[in-house]
Amino acid sequence: MFKRSEQDKRPSVQIFVDGVAVAARQGDTVSAALLASSCDARRSTAVSGAPRLPYCMMGVCFDCLVTIDGVGNRQGCLVPVAEGMQIEIQKGKREIGR
Amino acid sequence: MTVAPKREDYDVVVIGAGPAGLAAAATSAEAGLSTLLLDENIGPGGQVFRAISSTPVTDRNQLGADYWVGADLVQTLRASNAEVIHRATVWSLDRNLEIAVSIGGASAFVKAKRVILATGALERPFPIPGWTLPGVMTAGAAQTMLKSSALVPDGRTVIAGQGPLLWLLAAQILRLGGRIDRILDTTERGNYFAALPHAFAFLTSPYFAKGLSMMREVKAKVQVVSGVIELSASGDGQLASVSYVAGGKRETIPADLLLLHQGVVPNVNLAMAAGIEHRWDDLQLCWSPVLDASGTSSVAGIAIAGDGAGIGGANAAVVRGRIAARAAVEALAPAAATRLAPMATLRADLAKAERGRVFLDTLFRPAPQFRIPAGDTIVCRCEEVTAKDILDAVAIGATGPNQLKAYRRTGMGPCQGRLCGLTVTELMAQARGKSPQEIGYYRLRAPVKPITLAELAAVPKSEDDIKAVVRG
Repeated sequence: MFKRSEQDKRPSVQIFVDGVAVAARQGDTVSAALLASSCDARRSTAVSGAPRLPYCMMGVCFDCLVTIDGVGNRQGCLVPVAEGMQIEIQKGKREIGR
Repeated sequence: MTVAPKREDYDVVVIGAGPAGLAAAATSAEAGLSTLLLDENIGPGGQVFRAISSTPVTDRNQLGADYWVGADLVQTLRASNAEVIHRATVWSLDRNLEIAVSIGGASAFVKAKRVILATGALERPFPIPGWTLPGVMTAGAAQTMLKSSALVPDGRTVIAGQGPLLWLLAAQILRLGGRIDRILDTTERGNYFAALPHAFAFLTSPYFAKGLSMMREVKAKVQVVSGVIELSASGDGQLASVSYVAGGKRETIPADLLLLHQGVVPNVNLAMAAGIEHRWDDLQLCWSPVLDASGTSSVAGIAIAGDGAGIGGANAAVVRGRIAARAAVEALAPAAATRLAPMATLRADLAKAERGRVFLDTLFRPAPQFRIPAGDTIVCRCEEVTAKDILDAVAIGATGPNQLKAYRRTGMGPCQGRLCGLTVTELMAQARGKSPQEIGYYRLRAPVKPITLAELAAVPKSEDDIKAVVRG
């Protein structure tokens, strides 16, 4: 859906999406890194289980909700990637205790 | 920079580091007031100057000169004594000017003598059939990725809607080597005539020449369909095609990405939760705060600057930020105000920056069918409530957005009404034969962004706080 411009010379950052290593770039948000990757990053909604991807990328729509380092319902578009970060695509509502 | 504020009290707290917030904080700090700037994003710039200090797009022509203006604002701010905290989510502001802010998973509280809200705008909801499908995003979302990560669309891409941002985004995508298959222009034909009386001001504003050259640049490379009166997205779990009607003909084209845009509206959540009076704006079709000429709101000590004060664009936002900050300085340290640009100069700057706005508002007034959906089209994305659900609730007695919550949970999901509020107001107003002003809006309360119960529980409590809730 998206590709990186060749002029982007930022260093690579390795994150893990459902356990699979993904190359992001320093300064990417989690959502941008997911959309730039080849992963199926579709979460499913808490109400009907419908698949969704980020809609606004600016912190207002909450369709980018994702589990980051074990914490559920994080807004992926507001969190920068960090080396070794563990991302889980959230299916349904946030689980109790995470 | 995820550290708590250094102090508990500030002269001025500015919320939001977009054009208005950057200018306001720099002005206030320059006059010697203790100033704190809180911002939710990773770096300064807000949306229009998104990633201004970190963008990987190094060819300055690609983002355009208007973008790089932001770098000067950031430089001025950094040269001042203002304290700046990013990734700081303000979740409460009350009439006592006490602010609760979540930073790195913990909440801090600060008190201000003056608060300047610069929380800007968000894109107007565009509730068409299929707008919740993966692969449908806002134009602003694509622009955010372009600026902050140099990402451009490379699948079959359709851009639909209207307004200056749409053309700017299209030009930027093309300059960075991205793909656009078609642009679907939803501007109503009648708007051109309605806007005509306001054309002179626009023709003599800097927007005219820039806008025209950008549209030419895009139209030379992309097929543009104008007069689109119907629009929908479809696919099974993922966008597959976009259908539209223009010139009496329906067409369906395959697509991987649909970018929607029909203007921006004030992001009112924090201001409304603070109790600031808002009125329905019949021209801009949104809620705007009631403000005086210096941006002062109905709540003593709180001013609003930038697009949150009513859509005016980035240039106006910068000046409104300076005006609000100058007013704060005049109130708190009158002697220091002499160091700042005189108010008369600022007001003249503002008039200049707002020139041509009425023309744009009239020309790009979104059509009713793209604001007020029908049938199975989702209105509330979080709770997955359709237009029909809402009309059914009205039929059995729901009178306004707040009653509707009890019927359908609209606006009660994580986005707190940001993506459905305007649609619900207009839909209910139409169904009940009332004006949006009469129908009203969701009653917004803190926390204006979700925070965890654990974070709330960890907030320091006084004896009185405990007594207030513990029995016996």
